[in-house]
Amino acid sequence: MYRMRSWSVRNARWLKRAYAGLEAVLVMLDPLLRRIGYERLDKPFAAAERMTKGVLLDSQNCGQCIVGFTGLSCPMNCPKRLRNGPCGGVRPDGRCEVRPEMPCVWVLAWEGNKRFRENGYPIQTLQPAVDNRLIGRSAWLREVRIRTAGKGSAAREV
Amino acid sequence: MKFDDEPLVPGHPLPIRPGHFSPGRLERVLRAGGFAVTAEISPPDSADPNEVYERASLFDGYVDAINATDGSGANCHMSSVGMCALLTRRGYAMVMQVSARDRNRIAIQGDVLGAAAMGVYNILCLTGDGVDVGDHPGAKPVFDVDCMSMLSMVRGMRDDGQFLSGRKLTSPPKVFLGAAANPFAPPLDYRPLRLEKKVAAGAQFVQTQYCYDMDMFRNYMAAVRDAGTHEKVFILAGVGPLASARSAEWIRSNVPGIHIPDSVIRRLKGADDEKEEGVRICVDMINELRETEGVHGVHIMAFRQEHRVGEIVERSGVLGDREPWRPRHDWDELAPSENEIVRN
Repeated sequence: MYRMRSWSVRNARWLKRAYAGLEAVLVMLDPLLRRIGYERLDKPFAAAERMTKGVLLDSQNCGQCIVGFTGLSCPMNCPKRLRNGPCGGVRPDGRCEVRPEMPCVWVLAWEGNKRFRENGYPIQTLQPAVDNRLIGRSAWLREVRIRTAGKGSAAREV
Repeated sequence: MKFDDEPLVPGHPLPIRPGHFSPGRLERVLRAGGFAVTAEISPPDSADPNEVYERASLFDGYVDAINATDGSGANCHMSSVGMCALLTRRGYAMVMQVSARDRNRIAIQGDVLGAAAMGVYNILCLTGDGVDVGDHPGAKPVFDVDCMSMLSMVRGMRDDGQFLSGRKLTSPPKVFLGAAANPFAPPLDYRPLRLEKKVAAGAQFVQTQYCYDMDMFRNYMAAVRDAGTHEKVFILAGVGPLASARSAEWIRSNVPGIHIPDSVIRRLKGADDEKEEGVRICVDMINELRETEGVHGVHIMAFRQEHRVGEIVERSGVLGDREPWRPRHDWDELAPSENEIVRN
């Protein structure tokens, strides 16, 4: 059941690169996207994300994706919706406190992080609380709009 | 510890000294280099304030601050904000625990302001246990913020004088910010980094999960010291007496996040009086922790053995010749009307 999720974390390095590539393409397409209208594109894009990230990462479509910081482990699968690392209840075998049949999302995230350490670990970046208005919307388009507006990335630095 | 600028009225704030963030006793003791002692009070399943006063009085003269738990173990009890409201009136230094499980960002920020107005100067930001382990497993788990975003949110209220939304406060809450740490849960190699992240988010002190495995704790503290984190945050190690080998085994397999090594269970089993041995183990642990570099105090969680906290503190001798503040016991005569209302 959680096999695909674990596979993605194991393959975090090239998946993340592919993800970055996709984002770069979308940023390049910004003028076109703008002409069609971001609002109009949101629904089809969100559907495409549900298909791809849903299959690969069990993504929960929070609309403010941070899997680049979590070793491609979707934090919204954490029953406590933690966005900033593991709680203190992780079982000795690395499984979830709330759902013992599931490997802790953050144990996977840490494994993934160790695979792509750059300047420090991305998991150490402080993530703000979820904006509940964005749930179900396209995270890709949001990221593109933030980038093209020159505001850096969606996540805040510590 | 009585300070020379002690307020005359119990519950009134101490002046904030330079380099301090709060008018509270706990921050004073820690910044003065004292080995702090805090304890956890068990909240009653009752609306009677006298039950709260009685439970708090067990700690009089032994602790620097009292933690009011917030629905710990996802069980329903008197609220932490209610406990703090009662006890700050008598001058107790409170650590108000705030769990992200039950309240969203609007409720939490409101509670922080209310608590600070009542004289709560320490806030402990927690994620909280999942509702599934408690007595209301059908409840809606909120988890609107996590402990990390809660820390930075409350820090923003205090230091930037604004809500998370950016709206200004007229008077910011002067609180000393705390967090929890569990050095004993996987991924073990990430735990010291997690502490660093909490400090970056705003934690000024941490209270750890129950410490029963000194080897594991020493490894953790070595990594914490290597990163220099122990110089940026006050670390209070969690301790508590185990009632028996059987209860230790039960806790180990049923309470999330508590690690009890076999050696401790063997030591309990080998004793004539297991309960007594549990207290002895706790006292020994406190003494070992006091010798550990980077540990600034202990947090005693004596679940169902709160009446033994004073004895544990005394036997360990951690306070030295320091005597923590204690409330006046002529309070009842000072304010008879409130008690009359309650008793009638």
